[in-house]
Amino acid sequence: MRDVAIVAYIEGQNTAATSQTPVEMIVPVIHEILKRANVERSDIDFWCHGSCDYMTGQPFSFVSAVDALGAWPPIMESHVEMDGAWALYEAWVKIQTGEAETALVFGNGKSSAGDMNRALTLQLDPYVVAPLWPGFRALEAMGARAAIEAGTVTERQMAEVVSRSLRDASDNPNVLAYGYRDPDELLDEPMTANPLRAHDCPAMADGVSAMIMTTADRALEMCDRPAWIRGIDHRIDFQNLGLRDLGRSNSAALAAFHAGVTKDKVDVAELHATHSHHEVILAQSMGIDRSTTRMMPSGGALVANPLMAAGLARFGQAARQIFKGNADRAVAHAAQGACLQQNIVAVLEGN
Amino acid sequence: MADDILRIRTPIGIDYTWSSGPGSVGYMRGLENGKLLGRRCPVCELVYFPPRNGVCPRCGVLLADEVEVGPRGTITTFCVVNVPFLGQTIKIPYVAATILLDGADIGMQHLIQECEAADVRMGMRVEPVWRDKSLWTPSLENIMYYKPSDEPDADFDVYARHL
Amino acid sequence: MAPLRLFYPYDRTVGSTVGRFLTSLANKKIEGTRGLDGIVHVPPAEFDPATGAPLTEWVVVGNAGEVLTWSWQPEPFADNTLQQPFAWALIRLDGADTPMLHAVRVGSEKDMASGMRVRAVWADEPTPSITTIMCFEPEHGHG
Ligand SMILES: [Zn+2]
Repeated sequence: MRDVAIVAYIEGQNTAATSQTPVEMIVPVIHEILKRANVERSDIDFWCHGSCDYMTGQPFSFVSAVDALGAWPPIMESHVEMDGAWALYEAWVKIQTGEAETALVFGNGKSSAGDMNRALTLQLDPYVVAPLWPGFRALEAMGARAAIEAGTVTERQMAEVVSRSLRDASDNPNVLAYGYRDPDELLDEPMTANPLRAHDCPAMADGVSAMIMTTADRALEMCDRPAWIRGIDHRIDFQNLGLRDLGRSNSAALAAFHAGVTKDKVDVAELHATHSHHEVILAQSMGIDRSTTRMMPSGGALVANPLMAAGLARFGQAARQIFKGNADRAVAHAAQGACLQQNIVAVLEGN
Repeated sequence: MADDILRIRTPIGIDYTWSSGPGSVGYMRGLENGKLLGRRCPVCELVYFPPRNGVCPRCGVLLADEVEVGPRGTITTFCVVNVPFLGQTIKIPYVAATILLDGADIGMQHLIQECEAADVRMGMRVEPVWRDKSLWTPSLENIMYYKPSDEPDADFDVYARHL
Repeated sequence: MAPLRLFYPYDRTVGSTVGRFLTSLANKKIEGTRGLDGIVHVPPAEFDPATGAPLTEWVVVGNAGEVLTWSWQPEPFADNTLQQPFAWALIRLDGADTPMLHAVRVGSEKDMASGMRVRAVWADEPTPSITTIMCFEPEHGHG
């Protein structure tokens, strides 16, 4: 295995609704990330992008996204119809195979382009599930109830997750929801998709996240304290919700095991928990002790959820904790699909 | 019981709010007023019309100054459409051409009319035929088609770099 | 800014397993497949989830069953079978081991509970579609 590190991470400004096109959103972020790592376009030998056409409302939008990269002379580029975290995985594999030394990974989403709750129906089985148009919130809400009734998550835990996330978000200028809310006060709010309350669901955003990864030869030139990827794995569960125990995530558990999460203490975890109950389920499944690990110092995906960028943002935010010396060992996680169907987990270390 | 069904219709309709982005506002406002406004790349200085996404894909930078181009231009390449297809609104055969507007560096596609398909050629000079002004919208559809402008053909060297 | 509607008129081949399931639905019969471990899957699994072996043993199950988990949809989408506030539920039909997703028609969310019994309500016009079950309803009337 080659030693590969995240050396720079940038987020575009998260907004509730931008008038910019996806390309216009991406261009300044690419400039900024190159500047941050102090590299030229020509230093990047692999570009990898995560986004979803159904969300931008523009078929083949990933092709036009190349317009943002300055692909002249032609570049080595790839795209995943997934969150940018899976683009990171492809880039990591590309570097492991020796085909690339330095990769730029980015994810972008424009949640304001339409009703994403409804549009995400399209990630479900197209024969006997999607024709019912359940949307994704209904499924996450059913998952929450299954977890609550199984006793693996309590409504109070959910409120505590939200309270902490909003408080942490107050220190992060790039969020859409923040503030000081007592868990008791949150529990008094009405349910909007029983058993979920509005604050249990993510603040949808338009946004971009981008990072640069490189090998040991160059990492220290680009970053004082790179975040070394010591383990990474991704796993997927059945699509059929009826075959899964919604109170846990088997694929997150397996990915965490193979990434080596429990081999040592975890200082910080940035989990892609788009709904409050996810954090509790994920931590339990992955073997993370929430009482000793600093959970989502950025505020997490609850306070800013730019689709297809929010998962990569967890990797970037975890890496930032290493860059700043706040953590020696951090866990980054991203999820896709209904009720935590697919999970990617990495362990990042400062040494 | 009837035979098992083999296919199902699962139509999917998704509603979006489409934004052409601030980088294209000048272009569309121009069209609304009968003007063709492109934009210049601050790095390579190429002039794009339309200034799609307000970005130079070659340099990966946002486009800068607005530049009025055309309205006349030169056919750099073309094809004669003989194939009928669903939704076709123009009588075949007709010519779809790439037109390099005067002052622009990137060709754009449009329809050629008011001449025989067989007479269309590379280097041919053309001019736009606009829709009635009362029908103008912020769209390139304000130009119904291009027709020969009866100028001498452009030299190959003039558009050789733009093929 | 302008409204834009993308419409994809997908015409899907469904294969023999889903095809039989949908054909049976059009005849107001719900059936599933039995996995190699004996588990009855409704909707049918085409292949055994553990081994990938094709599943060919069919089992007719009941039109009624038990709600395992549910959530509340306060505002329906235009394409939902119910055009009023309703519940989504994972419903394990009698004779099945895996639950299926469907809508449950009740007066309010107070009428919903995990473990409650619900029965299929068929659409007036039978079609080979999951939506030919219009929804489920509590077995003994509302609430
Ligand atoms: Zn340029």
